[in-house]
Amino acid sequence: MNISRDEALRVAELANLELTEAEIATYGGQLGSILSYCQKLNELDTTNVEPMAGVEAGGLRSDAGKGATQEADPVESQHARADLPRDAGIIHDVIRRAPEAVEAPTPYFRVPKVIDR
Amino acid sequence: MSAPPRSPGTEAWTVSSIRRALEARQISARELTQAFYQRIERENTRLNAFLALSPERAFAQADAIDAKVVRKEPLPPLAGVPTALKDVLNTRGTETTAGSKILKGHVPPYDATAIERLDSAGAIFLGKTNCDEFAMGSSNENSAYGPVQNPAAPGRVPGGSSGGSAAAVAAGLAIIALGTDTGGSIRQPGAMCGIPAMMPTYGRVSRYGLIAFASSLDRIGPFARTVEDLARTLEVIAGRDPLDATSAAYPVPRYTAELDTPVKGLRLGVPAEYFAEGLDAGVREKVEGGIARLKDLGCILTPIAMPHAPYAIPTYYLIATAEASSNLARFDGVRYGLRVPGASLGEMYRKTRGQGFGAEVKRRIMLGTYALSAGYYDAYYLKAQKVRTLIRQDFDRVFEQVDLILTPTSPVPPFPLGERTADPLAMYLADIYTVTGSLAGVTAISVPCGKISGILPVGLQIIGPHFEEGRVLRLARAFEAAGGFIN
Repeated sequence: MNISRDEALRVAELANLELTEAEIATYGGQLGSILSYCQKLNELDTTNVEPMAGVEAGGLRSDAGKGATQEADPVESQHARADLPRDAGIIHDVIRRAPEAVEAPTPYFRVPKVIDR
Repeated sequence: MSAPPRSPGTEAWTVSSIRRALEARQISARELTQAFYQRIERENTRLNAFLALSPERAFAQADAIDAKVVRKEPLPPLAGVPTALKDVLNTRGTETTAGSKILKGHVPPYDATAIERLDSAGAIFLGKTNCDEFAMGSSNENSAYGPVQNPAAPGRVPGGSSGGSAAAVAAGLAIIALGTDTGGSIRQPGAMCGIPAMMPTYGRVSRYGLIAFASSLDRIGPFARTVEDLARTLEVIAGRDPLDATSAAYPVPRYTAELDTPVKGLRLGVPAEYFAEGLDAGVREKVEGGIARLKDLGCILTPIAMPHAPYAIPTYYLIATAEASSNLARFDGVRYGLRVPGASLGEMYRKTRGQGFGAEVKRRIMLGTYALSAGYYDAYYLKAQKVRTLIRQDFDRVFEQVDLILTPTSPVPPFPLGERTADPLAMYLADIYTVTGSLAGVTAISVPCGKISGILPVGLQIIGPHFEEGRVLRLARAFEAAGGFIN
């Protein structure tokens, strides 16, 4: 299976990756051989097979309910918690770690201008 | 307290011998910590197992333990235990890079839950260990900070992606270590460095604070030199965490209490698919020797079929890369890590990611983006999710007949550095026996089962059903007690 240069460029653009011409050629070729190997999955008939998607309900954790403790507090419940805002108290720690940010009066991250007026 | 540490060689300590020595005042936690840092100073230049050391925190932790000893307070379960932490786990105040240039200099403001639990349990955090970039790799050669040497076999890979954690414990630079396992990244380096290593069930250990690779697969688990120390570490880190919605509210057993329960009569499944073409002859011989030893212990061996195992590698690499392409979107130069300036926001993203990520990470982001893109989603990603169901059903069916499954951990012994880096697919095939358990969400351990020519370590994998860590540890312990590690 071959991935064309245009296809590789399109994927790189979707993934927000700036690649060199050499990288485009290398990854395009390697993607082609990995995807060819993945064709092996077509040997299997999966017409009536459900995809294993989530980690809940029939997914990875079908055993999780067995003996699981039912917590009374909805915030602690396995499936949903009350949607209450909490202050993690680390906003200034987080802002200080950003490549470019403004701390006061309202902390925010600085990025190149997105909208032209 | 002022006497020099009567250190029997750092590698001889265990969680319980440290505890006894602390209680008897034969050594202080500070002296023990110093002894490990001295060893690291001697060995790490050669091994490259540690990326960052955290002596300030380690000595503060040690002093807190020593104060408890002086006050004759009860010691916490991992009191004074020198610990290494894989660099994909966020640690408050210590640089956390995930083995990537894009996070160089990143110092997290908080601890991952597993780390916080180790801290509360009295562990001493020596530092952060080398790993493949964002845990993507099977040899540790994808680290932006250079490869790790296998302490057992110089010039060879330690396995990956948690190669630094495995090497640190194997070389006596730490007593326990945390790693992460997405497709084999704890078990495979454990096997290659010759130490026991465990992947807990999906949901058993909170991933809060783990830098995510593939969220439906990622697990955090321990390395140690003994099965008992694995059990002691797991007891501390396992359990429900409100900060990780995927952590299970299933009670955590006292694994150490059931460790020495007899294994006679346990039904062990041996799947033919794991002993087929591609298995190194030396690995086969050691693993078959290990299985024979378990039979001698009174276990009942049963041939089993896991017909979808040969489809696990393509299934795994499609699902894992798809999830990775989404998880790694957060590294864009806005909130943390590297920023490469650009004229527009989009250009800044593309330049930052293009320059910040290494080759394997870019390759996987490309593959995952392709598999999720319009026109290809059904053929690749959806197809892989359906085959994942079939792989899981293989396990469900087999666990109706047997208690545990035995396989080799890796098809090959540790290979020379550089041997497989040119061919990504050849590297992916090193995960062939570990990705199945990852996809099914079950638990598994790798235990040493001898060395080829007395040099190259081989691992035996014991796979158990969801949340049956106790049973897996019990068999591993019996194997260890019977001398199976030397084999």
